[in-house]
Amino acid sequence: MDRVIEAYELTKRYGGRAVVQDLSFSVRAGRVTGFLGPNGAGKSTTMRLILGLDRPDSGRATISGRPYRELAAPLRAVGALLDAKAVHSGRSAYDHLLHLARSQALPRTRVQEVLEIVGLGQVARRRAGGFSLGMGQRLGVAAALLGDPEVLVLDEPVNGLDPEGVVWIRELMKGMAAEGRTVFVSSHLMNEMAVTADHVIVIGRGRVIADCGMDELVRRDPRTSVLVRTPDAGRLGALIAAAGGDVSTGGDEALTVAGMEAHRIGELALDARIVVHELTPRRASLEEAFMELTRDSVEYADSDRSRA
Amino acid sequence: MTTTTPFTTPAGPGRSTGSGGPVARAGFGHLMAAEWTKIRSVRSTVWSLVVMVVLTVGFTVLMAAITVMNWATASPARQRQMTADPLALLVQPGVSSAQLAVCVLGVMVITGEYSTGAIRSSLLAVPRRVPMLAAKAAVLGLLVLVITELIVLPSFLIGAAILGERVEVSLTDPEALRAVTGAGLYLALQALFALAVGTLLRHTAAAITCILALVLMVPNLLAMLPGEAGRTIYSFFPTVAGRAILVGDVPQIASLSPWAGLGVLALWTAALLAPAAYLLRRRDA
Repeated sequence: MDRVIEAYELTKRYGGRAVVQDLSFSVRAGRVTGFLGPNGAGKSTTMRLILGLDRPDSGRATISGRPYRELAAPLRAVGALLDAKAVHSGRSAYDHLLHLARSQALPRTRVQEVLEIVGLGQVARRRAGGFSLGMGQRLGVAAALLGDPEVLVLDEPVNGLDPEGVVWIRELMKGMAAEGRTVFVSSHLMNEMAVTADHVIVIGRGRVIADCGMDELVRRDPRTSVLVRTPDAGRLGALIAAAGGDVSTGGDEALTVAGMEAHRIGELALDARIVVHELTPRRASLEEAFMELTRDSVEYADSDRSRA
Repeated sequence: MTTTTPFTTPAGPGRSTGSGGPVARAGFGHLMAAEWTKIRSVRSTVWSLVVMVVLTVGFTVLMAAITVMNWATASPARQRQMTADPLALLVQPGVSSAQLAVCVLGVMVITGEYSTGAIRSSLLAVPRRVPMLAAKAAVLGLLVLVITELIVLPSFLIGAAILGERVEVSLTDPEALRAVTGAGLYLALQALFALAVGTLLRHTAAAITCILALVLMVPNLLAMLPGEAGRTIYSFFPTVAGRAILVGDVPQIASLSPWAGLGVLALWTAALLAPAAYLLRRRDA
């Protein structure tokens, strides 16, 4: 698979504070890559650096090997949706897309096509300033699709969308990836990513914390544990601890065991003829896995803020 | 959203541009077409131009009418003065009022993008920022040039007709012809000057305050500077120098000849656009 978007040791400081630091990663074609991190982790900044809106203090970002600023007709290569509204409030949706199309030597007919694709055909002549958040997002998606790009960069695209819109954008991203295009999408919501992304890059405090498949992210979590219910919690707990498990009691007849598979606990109980009422492996939810991963960076950010 | 819109993949009929197909590289003409679409599709442009037309025609007609009404009571010296310098009646009042609207337009063309966030869309589409600014300047300058000529010429003719035989003036007078044609160039340069200020400051209120101070207040202060040095400083001040193209062959404080004055304004404008372009390139959007 091609490495389409590449970031090399990107660093960006605002007012002396590094928002992004030595960030390196690549995004491949043909799958949805989620870009995750708590608020303030540097996701939007990284995307702005990739898209040439901001200049990195050091490092560089390329799309298909070239910096964004060197692309001849960039909207034909990359479609981008930024978190904040990027539309003149006094301009109609149609004219907004038309001026973008003009700048890429795209035909006028393409404007009407993307307006129909995103479902704004009926309100094309209305001023964008009067649009709801959801309609504004759809207009942003229309602008991203305008040049029929091979690469999509979307910053928090589900923001402000109703449930139907959320499903719509998910299908859009999956569809584009299935066609072999590159989809790079940021979110601070792990569960949203879980249903869309094939691969995730997690950042916190401007650094990469994890860069792996979605499944692996969950498996990595040390808090994957087994819940055991037994009337003889004291004896079984001691046996598990002796066998190397990490036991904590969760009430009179309940144990939570980390670091040992459920089937091994069952075998221990059978050997000692201890009755077991429940033996439940508990995988941490994605949200928990995410919080566990980013906990250090968030705590650091908090203490940093209180010092300031 | 109440309408349900299933996503139709652009691989269908929507995929008109086709990946891998020949991509027409967007040239400067496309950038100008994009800037023209932007400038014509916001209300601030329409309002600026409407105000400009009304003020120019209105002030010119008003000046001519007042002159005619007060002619009988005016002193012979005043009558001679007006006869000697008809441009002060037929061109300067109209252009002076029009330039306020032009300055606001020149500023809004860029600060309107910053205040609404549209600048990010613009720069995503055209990441080569200096060509984008050049296209914006070209479209703004041409628009102001054409509109100015379209209103200054009829204003002049209407005003001249109202003045009749009291102040005889014709478009065939070399001075009148130079002032009427020069008015468009003067206001076009003024618009670019305002565009540069707007690009440097990026905030509408700050930029409009700044440009209006440069146009309205600073010249009056500089006119009071003593001595020949004071007169030179005043003459070379951008908003003063450019006006030389509008004045007749009568004694003035400003010392530059018409085309030299316009040239000085052009140099000032270029001198301000250069750092504006540099900063536009360097700064984060």
